[in-house]
Amino acid sequence: MLKNRIKAVLNKLEPFLFNGFNIAFMLIIIVVMVYPFWNTVAVSFNDSQDTLHGGITFFPRKFSLYNYKTVFKNHLLVTAAINSVLRTLLSTVFGVFISAVIAFVLSRQEFLWRKFVTRYFVVTMYVSAGLIPTYFLIKDLGLINNFLVYIIPGLISAFNVIVIKTFMQSLPPALTEAAEIDGAGYFRCFIQIILPCCKPVLATVALWCAVGAWNSWFDTFIYCSSKESLTTLQYEMMKMISASMNAATNKSGSDIYGGGVTIDAVTPVSMRAAVTVVASVPILFVYPFLQKYFVQGITIGSVKG
Amino acid sequence: MAGKISLSQNTQNELFKAEESKKKAKAYNKQTELFIMIIPCMILAFIFYYWPLSGWIMAFQNYRPAKGYFGSKFVGLDQFKFLFSDPIFWRDLVNTLAMSLMSLILGFIFAIGFALLLNELRLKGFKRITQTASYLPHFLSWVIVCSLISNILSTYDGTLNNLLMWLGFIEKPILWLGEKNYFWWIVALANVWKEMGWNSIIYLAAMSSIDPELYEACEIDGGNRYRKMWHITLVGIRPTILVLLIMNAGWILNSGFEVQYLLGRGIVMDVSETIDIFVLKYGITNGNYSLATAAGIFKSVVSIIMIAGTNFMAKKMGEDSLL
Repeated sequence: MLKNRIKAVLNKLEPFLFNGFNIAFMLIIIVVMVYPFWNTVAVSFNDSQDTLHGGITFFPRKFSLYNYKTVFKNHLLVTAAINSVLRTLLSTVFGVFISAVIAFVLSRQEFLWRKFVTRYFVVTMYVSAGLIPTYFLIKDLGLINNFLVYIIPGLISAFNVIVIKTFMQSLPPALTEAAEIDGAGYFRCFIQIILPCCKPVLATVALWCAVGAWNSWFDTFIYCSSKESLTTLQYEMMKMISASMNAATNKSGSDIYGGGVTIDAVTPVSMRAAVTVVASVPILFVYPFLQKYFVQGITIGSVKG
Repeated sequence: MAGKISLSQNTQNELFKAEESKKKAKAYNKQTELFIMIIPCMILAFIFYYWPLSGWIMAFQNYRPAKGYFGSKFVGLDQFKFLFSDPIFWRDLVNTLAMSLMSLILGFIFAIGFALLLNELRLKGFKRITQTASYLPHFLSWVIVCSLISNILSTYDGTLNNLLMWLGFIEKPILWLGEKNYFWWIVALANVWKEMGWNSIIYLAAMSSIDPELYEACEIDGGNRYRKMWHITLVGIRPTILVLLIMNAGWILNSGFEVQYLLGRGIVMDVSETIDIFVLKYGITNGNYSLATAAGIFKSVVSIIMIAGTNFMAKKMGEDSLL
């Protein structure tokens, strides 16, 4: 009797308990996801000497824009920012366009080489020659210490092609049939009919391309590290972390980078925080507005093409 | 008589063939624009994906850049023999496998668990905010993530040490990044942190396509919330989970490179060095191109075997195969 009663009460309470627990859990997730970055933002706006006392959590204690002023006064970092913006814009525009072209051709059922060409591109997703042969290729093509190395090698991405192709195949064929009867060629079909219909998927792929280009540092490191005018923000960031990691393991390492950038008494910690914010804010401002598109895009991509 | 028939058959065949090739030429003619669009792209893909494969010759040579492919001495499988007898290579292989398996398993568990709980959340606005927050780390570069990790784990005013000391679990800060025992966990959890929200998108999409009648039926049968989550939601996304497992299996030797390269310092390098770092160190830094290429080939071959294997298994288990 009592047991049944307890059970009944528990059953009634269960939704509240579960939802309460769930909401609490999600709040913790939000904090865990956002706090590390938030903390860095707070540090970047805090007076650099004051930060050394520790204890900065959610908000700056002694507000100052001096860290940012130092960043934007540093020629190397300004060059890096310009290069990062340029490479992101160019590789996104060309990357999306080329992927769309390939996807358009492969989505035409009547295309004579369709099967072969599809496989030709899919294979590139799985087989890669590896670092050394690629390095020699780039060297032979004369792309070492050349801005084009940021754009050309990454233009073709089979994964993006498949995502766009799947979307194009889901468009009703009647769309182009009418145009074909009117005598429009494939070029016109592509530019005037198919492309405008593909906006959501193109936005998704553009976001992926932009994030990839903006966030990469390895190509700068491997191919362009001996030419300062080609540096990128992420590569400068990488140098700072290496320096701070070296400083943490062997104390003498702190001079390696410390001297170059931290004049004007901005400590490496504050400098790193300010550069972190500069190097990530552009993308963090954009993605919440594109959320609808990329969720849709991933859903399309997950349905096998 | 017989000859005549065969002759006429021959001419018929020839006529037929001529007709065929005419048709084909016409079809090709009609698709000229498609070819104009695709051929430059194929050439580009050839240059950057297929042509570098010719560099694999280096792995069978004692390659010297000054002598080129033709002048360098062929040594057969010596580079591979040397590679497989190198204890550092085996150490790096173990490190790579361990870190990528830990990241893979934890990544799957956390992403699926997160998606399940998110799916039960009824507050629309709050759900959206949680999702947006959970995608944030995905958009940060690994360089920045490493910087954040080193801040959080710092012995001087690092958040984790502060928190643990405040809770009374430890008395003095722990040097998280300086100890071998923690490194694999740090890499795996960093991967979880970065990609959990992003990976949950695909599961949530799969969950939203589950037939709601199934839930109703389960309710009528007296199933409670947990029953529904277990028997309907999880079973409903099983195909998605399998497909993703297959896709990820191919990347088993790509356990990432950045975290290990940026955060592995000092004695930690014993557990942090991966095959990618091995290739970088031998190839670019030491100039031993042949050995580094051999290690790269090993990686590619393992990836292909893994993809083919998991794909085959998925087929056996009655799921749609990916390839």
